[in-house]
Amino acid sequence: MNWHNTVTVYLKELKDMLRDKRTIRSMVVIPTLVMPAMMLGVGRIATALYSKARTEIPSVMIVGGEDSPRIVSQLKQSPKLRVVPLATDWKQEISDRKIRAVVELPAGFEAGLPGGAVASVTIYHYEGELKSSFAVSELEAFFRGLREQTVQDRLAARGLSATFARPFETRRENVAAPEKVGGNALGGIVPYVIILLCFTGAMYPAMDLTAGEKERGTMETLLCSPVPRVDIVLGKFLMVLTSSLAAMTLSLTSMTLTVIVGGTLMGSGGGRGAAHAAASSGGTMPMIDPMGIFGVLAMVFPVAVLFSAVLFTVSLFAKSYKEAQSYVGPMIFVVILPAVVGMLPGIDLNARFALVPILNLSLVCKEMLSGVWHWNYIALIFGSTSLYAAIALALAVRMFNREDVIFRT
Amino acid sequence: MIEAHHLTKTFRDKKRGEVRAADDISFRVGPGQIYGLLGANGAGKTTTLRMLATLLQPTSGSAVLAGFDTAAEPEKVRAHVGFLAASTALYGRLTAREMIAYFGRLNGLPEAEIRARTKRLATDLDMHEFLDRRCDKFSTGMKQKTSIARTLIHDPAVMIFDEPTLGLDVMTARAIVRFVRECRDRGKTVIYSTHLMGEVEKLCDTIGIIHDGKLLTEGTLTELRTRHAEQDLEEIFIKVVGGEDTK
Repeated sequence: MNWHNTVTVYLKELKDMLRDKRTIRSMVVIPTLVMPAMMLGVGRIATALYSKARTEIPSVMIVGGEDSPRIVSQLKQSPKLRVVPLATDWKQEISDRKIRAVVELPAGFEAGLPGGAVASVTIYHYEGELKSSFAVSELEAFFRGLREQTVQDRLAARGLSATFARPFETRRENVAAPEKVGGNALGGIVPYVIILLCFTGAMYPAMDLTAGEKERGTMETLLCSPVPRVDIVLGKFLMVLTSSLAAMTLSLTSMTLTVIVGGTLMGSGGGRGAAHAAASSGGTMPMIDPMGIFGVLAMVFPVAVLFSAVLFTVSLFAKSYKEAQSYVGPMIFVVILPAVVGMLPGIDLNARFALVPILNLSLVCKEMLSGVWHWNYIALIFGSTSLYAAIALALAVRMFNREDVIFRT
Repeated sequence: MIEAHHLTKTFRDKKRGEVRAADDISFRVGPGQIYGLLGANGAGKTTTLRMLATLLQPTSGSAVLAGFDTAAEPEKVRAHVGFLAASTALYGRLTAREMIAYFGRLNGLPEAEIRARTKRLATDLDMHEFLDRRCDKFSTGMKQKTSIARTLIHDPAVMIFDEPTLGLDVMTARAIVRFVRECRDRGKTVIYSTHLMGEVEKLCDTIGIIHDGKLLTEGTLTELRTRHAEQDLEEIFIKVVGGEDTK
């Protein structure tokens, strides 16, 4: 093996790739500019729509209640509800989204309250419809208040204090460090995104530098040179790896900035966007252990090598770019599945899972981002993934030396 | 010098079973000579030349080019061979200068020498006008000139041409033929495969007719005319391969 040859091939592939508009578009422009712009745009629109829906006072109707004038009056006076006259086809009006909900008061409801009777109030709504759910929330809040007031009145009538029916309170307090909260919240999704980015970043160059070259006739030209084939494979493989890592780094940086900028924008807008949804219960942006991020990047490296070598080998077998796409496309599901399994609750890292590629990365990243470092598993995962990557790379060299693969027609 | 000894190449084909693409082919070409390998499409010309260029390994037999055995020292063979075929394309996103320099580096030439040789080749092949333009914008003639410069950057002793005029217009094809002749005049060992009789008549010192993977006959044009009692090379070819219906 001669590093001069490998570097020569690598530099040429790098120059070639950087001049390819398709690569720049799909690997740089789209993930770093278009996707964040879309995420921010969609986020902004979603926040605006949500805020608008939240500020709208929902129209509701009341069925019954003729013998409960005080409660009906309270409902009508509520600043958070707009009671409209009952229509005969009120169910249809809910379905047509003309009104948001209907509340049905049973006969003798108001009269029964002081006496200790148990009544049932029914709220009719449109399941899954956002504005209808807001109306339901407001109606439930109203009747919760009414119930509490009724309990207090009943207790007072019997000479009992309000705390009689409320012997104790419960409250929650977070004791986990912000890094752990953040790691737990994002630990599942971050490895999944990284795995996906690494794979998709390697896909295009792997196909272009193998099947694409065979199709264009440049592979035979290159093989005419005196450079040993192992040097050519390594040069090309390094280019695929560079692309995989670059795509991941660019996309990740861009996504992080988008979340920060998006969180700021949506925070200033008073809405509750995606960034806030991921935030911890304290209402602040989740924090991640910085060492965890370095740990994740270190663990991702052998996986990127594995992806690059496997994609290179598979694409090399294809005789055209199109054929390579048909092989590589379905592989994305093979990659996604273990990454998704790693996100499931109850799946924890153990020695067996530490040997399963992709799944092991997903699980260990989740732990590292939460500040948990199982060094024995980390060593096992790094070692096993490196071994798989080395086997895949050796296979790529072997395939490149097979003339029935290189000259497959 | 090229020496091929009983070169044989078999492939496994799902439909046809074992295919003998090249069958016991032997010939010898000395420096300053052009050997024409004449055959129809699928006769085994490309397989034979790919074995000589070490792109394919022979199933049996051996070949020595510029003093190096193709099986034992394939890298050294390639370092002394320039291989030009219709199937050897250029990198579209590189300029002609970058393409030539890339192959200079792959052949281990120092940068100063690459620059000097590129300049000389560009002058010889009249390439200065498009030397710094990207290959994907080239006309067929420009592409072929760049390919020639690519094969010559390391000044190989042996040149292998596999149907280099395939699909070219008359003017470009004539330029290629002229260039092949210049290679011979500079003392290079040249092997030239084609199915065009006219090119063989104009260029080759020795002609080998290949059919169904076998080298059926070889000799100078005069020897072939005498041996087969025909003046026209096309008639000789038809006689040798066994009639017009033979594939």
